[in-house]
Parts: sequence; C-alpha cells; structure tokens
Amino acid sequence: MSTQAGILKVIHAVADIPNDPAPDESLFDSGTLDSFTLPDLVTGLEKEFDVKIPDADLVPERFDTVTKIEAYLDSRKS
Amino acid sequence: MSYLRAFGHYLPPLSVSNAALEARTGRDAASIEKTSGILERRYAAADVSVADLGLAAANICLENANLTANDIGLVLLSSGSAERAFPGPASVLAAKLGLTATPAIDIPVASAGSLIGLAFAADLAPRYGNILVVASEIMSRRISDADPDTAILFGDGAGACIVSPDTATPEKGLLRIADTALFTDGNYADALQLQHGGSIQMKGLDVIIQASRKIPRSIEDLLTKNKLKPADVGVFLMHQANVNLIRKVATALQVPADRFFSNISHYGNTSSASLLIASSEWRAANPNPPIAPIVFAAFGAGFNWGAILALPA
Repeated sequence: MSTQAGILKVIHAVADIPNDPAPDESLFDSGTLDSFTLPDLVTGLEKEFDVKIPDADLVPERFDTVTKIEAYLDSRKS
Repeated sequence: MSYLRAFGHYLPPLSVSNAALEARTGRDAASIEKTSGILERRYAAADVSVADLGLAAANICLENANLTANDIGLVLLSSGSAERAFPGPASVLAAKLGLTATPAIDIPVASAGSLIGLAFAADLAPRYGNILVVASEIMSRRISDADPDTAILFGDGAGACIVSPDTATPEKGLLRIADTALFTDGNYADALQLQHGGSIQMKGLDVIIQASRKIPRSIEDLLTKNKLKPADVGVFLMHQANVNLIRKVATALQVPADRFFSNISHYGNTSSASLLIASSEWRAANPNPPIAPIVFAAFGAGFNWGAILALPA
C-alpha cells in the first residue's frame, strides 16, 4: 500500500467523509479534521506506519493536507 | 503519608445561559453546547473578589472537615484570575479566615493549579500539618466577547480541599495520596495565556491536541508505576475543560466515559477551581468511604499537567 493510500485509510477511520480529500485540500478548512479528530489521526498514523510521532511535532499545519502528512511521514522515516 | 480529608465548593448564584452568550458574542447557542458540552456557567457579581469566592469554599471545606481555620498550618491558593500581580489572593484569603501568621502561598498557573496545590500539599503536610488548598477563579472578567471561541467556555467558582498528615487526626481522611506526577513544557507558554490587563488568549487546537495526548499518558504512567490499570480506578476527577476532551481521555484509557465525573454542563470551565468543585460534588454525591482508587488529573496553561493517585484510606 502506498503512503498516500495508508494516509487516506487512516483519515477515513477517524473522519466521517464520503470521498477521498484531494492531496492539497485543507483537512481543517474542509471540516474533515478538527481539534478532537487530529489526535486520533496521529495515533492512527503511528499504528499504520509504525512510527512514533513526538508531541512536539503535533503542529496542526503539519497535518493540514494529505501531501503535508506524506512529507512529514517521509521525514520521520529518513 | 498524607490524606485528602474533606472537600468544599462554592459557586456564585448568577447563571449565564448559552442563549445569553449568543446575544453577546454572536456564537450560536446550539453550537456552544455541541462543541463544549456547556449549557450554562456561573458569573461572580462585580463586588466579589477571588479571595471572597475562595473564602466561601474554604469555610464549607473546614466545616466538612470538622476543623477551624486555626487548625490550618499552610494555605495554598490557586488562581489564574487574580485581581493584581502581587500580592495574590492567598494572603487576603488567609486574613479573611482570621489567620495573621500562617503562611499563605499563591499558585498562579490557572487550570492545573489546584492539582499542583494538592501535589505540593501531599509532600508538605508532614511539615505544616493540615493544609488548606483552595482554587478560586473569576474568569468571566478575563474573557472578551470579541473572542467567542474562548468567551463561551469560562465560568467562575471556587473549590477547596484539606490535606492532612497521618498524625493530624485519628480518623485520618477519606483518601490516602499514594503518588503524584507533575509536568511542565514551557514551549507552549504562548498557547494559552493571560497578559496583564488583557483577556485570555487560547490556541484551542494546540491545547486540545497536546491535552489529548499528555493527560492519558500521565495517568497511565502513574497507574503503571503503582501496578494499577485504568480499569481499576473507581472514578476519574479531571479538570473540567471540555466534555469532548474528557470523553477523548476516557477513550484513550479504554474506560467508559461515565467513569469520569463531569459537571461542566452546569459550570463551564472554571479553570483551576474546576478540579476541586468536581471533587467536592463527587464527594457530596458519594458520602460512603471510597472503595477503589481515584485519579485526579489536570492540564492547562504552561503547559502544566499531571495526575494524582489516591487510594482508599
């Protein structure tokens, strides 16, 4: 499964949305994520990608789009 | 070893509904309830001070403990809404209690202040004897209607608790303080703040995200250290910041949400007072001796956060 597919899987698990968000669509502006679903998204990403996301990295801007999430996960892998 | 001996609380009589706040701030009343779980909050009258609210809670607490002010060896007063930079309301409260030489110390950190006060009292009670921990807040004077996201949340009130050393009384107390864990990360000092002369400024997203992770982790670590699991806990008494946050912490700990005592619908977020108001109301509703561990937890400006484990005495 590609990184983007894994991200979308987690997004659908934490947010009740019918379609995939576009890669550069703001997940907060669209209402897909809010302050209470972002922690669930982060926990889901940690499990899906077997990475540890430190609290200091929990900046909303970092998780605002699928593209940004993918870039962040890539930086964690490297 | 120290004990939680008694609680008390006081809320000013004026109730402010979501409809009243809608008229002031433009925020839809139904959305206030949905996003925060708050139906109403109390506001103090203009001539009431933080120390006045604290005094009312302290007197009820002393009565519940069968003590008088002269039995108190130290006063700790938590408030993030004090009227002036110094002296804080602790000394004024002590004077109102008739105490003229008893140390009275302020803890001006807002939301987590009462948890910090209880944790400090647990360590200081063997030296000072009975410690009166009071948290009193008049947050209604620290909000701006121009910032509805924040203005809708806060209310006024005061709570109190007496922490006693095991030598102070043959009947000890209702709960033994078994362990405490306090944390601070000043990298988030600007995320929730009150400047002198200003109103509360809160980056709600940062606060919720960090609280959602840090509160359950601090509770779980404290329980694990004491060979307990969340399911072993009889009741969680938590800072009443937002009903959705309380539910999220319950989910993270994999315990039913009703294991968390909640009164936020009636009082809103009373900052540091909320933990002691909730504790006092829980105690009043459960007068029998506790039979299971109890966890206190709070999170707030600083960020400061932590948890306290109390066991049946």
